[in-house]
Amino acid sequence: MAGHWIAVAINVVVGLTLVWVLVRTIQGRPIERRIVFVYIALAVATPLFMKLEAPLAETPEVQSIVTTIKELPPGSRILISFDYDPQSAPELQPMAEAFIKFAFKQRHKVIIMGLWPLGPDQANQAIRAALEDPSVAELAPEYGVDYVNLGFQSGNEFVIQGMGSAFKNMFPQDERGTIYDNIPILRGVTNFSNVDYVQVFSSGKPGTREWVQVAADRFGATVGGGTTAVQAPEMYPFLRSNQLIGLMGGMTGAAEFEKAVEELGKANTFLLSQMFAHATVIVFVIFGNIAYFRSRRRDASTDAPTPGGIS
Amino acid sequence: MSLDIGVWIGALLTLGIFSFLYRDNPFYKLCESIFVGVSAGYWFCVFFFDNMVRKFYFGVFPSEAGIEPKYFLIVGAVLGALMLTRLIPSIGWISRWPLSFIVGATAGLYMMLFFVSNGLNQVADTMLPLYRETAGGDFDPAETLGTILVFIGTFTGLIYFFFSKEHKGLFGGAARVGIFFLMVTFGAAFGYTVMSRMSLLIGRMDFLFRDWLGLLG
Repeated sequence: MAGHWIAVAINVVVGLTLVWVLVRTIQGRPIERRIVFVYIALAVATPLFMKLEAPLAETPEVQSIVTTIKELPPGSRILISFDYDPQSAPELQPMAEAFIKFAFKQRHKVIIMGLWPLGPDQANQAIRAALEDPSVAELAPEYGVDYVNLGFQSGNEFVIQGMGSAFKNMFPQDERGTIYDNIPILRGVTNFSNVDYVQVFSSGKPGTREWVQVAADRFGATVGGGTTAVQAPEMYPFLRSNQLIGLMGGMTGAAEFEKAVEELGKANTFLLSQMFAHATVIVFVIFGNIAYFRSRRRDASTDAPTPGGIS
Repeated sequence: MSLDIGVWIGALLTLGIFSFLYRDNPFYKLCESIFVGVSAGYWFCVFFFDNMVRKFYFGVFPSEAGIEPKYFLIVGAVLGALMLTRLIPSIGWISRWPLSFIVGATAGLYMMLFFVSNGLNQVADTMLPLYRETAGGDFDPAETLGTILVFIGTFTGLIYFFFSKEHKGLFGGAARVGIFFLMVTFGAAFGYTVMSRMSLLIGRMDFLFRDWLGLLG
């Protein structure tokens, strides 16, 4: 609790020093670029120690995923593709962990694969985190029966294309070397028509776009996306046209999903940091604009360029 | 504080990269070089073992009974090997054969995928009635506004990219509206990018404070 109050106090002091930055900006005296870095670092770090909950709005794109999973009958088969690596884990790992926990609690069967080499390792981490949850551990999901990790397969969208004919052709064995036909969860699973829902966690190419293009539009699979914030704007057109059933975009999407399925995790912890960082960026954008317009006015009156804003 | 050597290496490398924010320095250069070297080595191993060993070798000579050998992979391997003929200038022209196969197959697949998903389906989504109703048959103002905005945005955006007529008068006005929509799109994309980069920074901060220093529970 002491950490919380120290962090709050630091933020109050930091907030007050912004007045000093504003005064300097109005005076046309530039502040050091590195001072902005310090502000951002504090804005990101101090909220990690706070015991506050960031406000979060409900969005239809995230709720749609929750509703779709809830409406599936228990025992439905969910295919999850982990198309990212550790670089994108801060955004995607929390939503993957929450999704797997939710799927297990709904008693669904989970089939995991990856189009990125490190995706299946991220999946194993998410599975481990899910199994540590007492309510999931109680259900005792069994490997091969309730979930399976098919591993990585190279070939990008050509792999999805091949899965449209037969999953077995693309994944003759699972990650542990077990032959496809000997894995109980995969009995009767030939192609996308035997899978009830496809969830993609992606941070680039191949990713959600390729799953929409091939699995959804070509083979009629129901696809939901979980993407990094960078990728999210590109996915919204697919969402509007119902080519994509739902979308979790970045940390905010992850936090909202965690909240919707009552699996509060890292995304909700990180959201406060993100909120503070965004506020800081907005403040400095405003300061930058003030400096710019002041320097323009000064240039017009003196006809001599003077530095302003952030150097 | 962590006693794990891996966590310490990760933390020191993170701080080394962050040190560039102050100024360029030898510690940063060392961390950068380690990153580049390890990445190159790591990806070489991953691609070699995944493609050459796991996919090709075990595809043609399966290690487990019950898996049918895929002899067609030999064709791909031969084409792949032909790519290396570029290293011998006198027969370098042979490398164009596998290259033409790759270009042809990829272009064929992409043409179809993009034409359907990014073309037809997206165009169809802009050809909706502007008056929208809820599932219950009532007027849906939010959806109606959204549809109108999509229609105006698409229409004026296309006008902006129509360069066969000078952007003057009514046509020019529509093009300026198109620019406005494009700017909103770029702004949204930039905002999301900032959000994403902040998330990565938060992830590193969490690693430093939680995993390395043990200050977070």
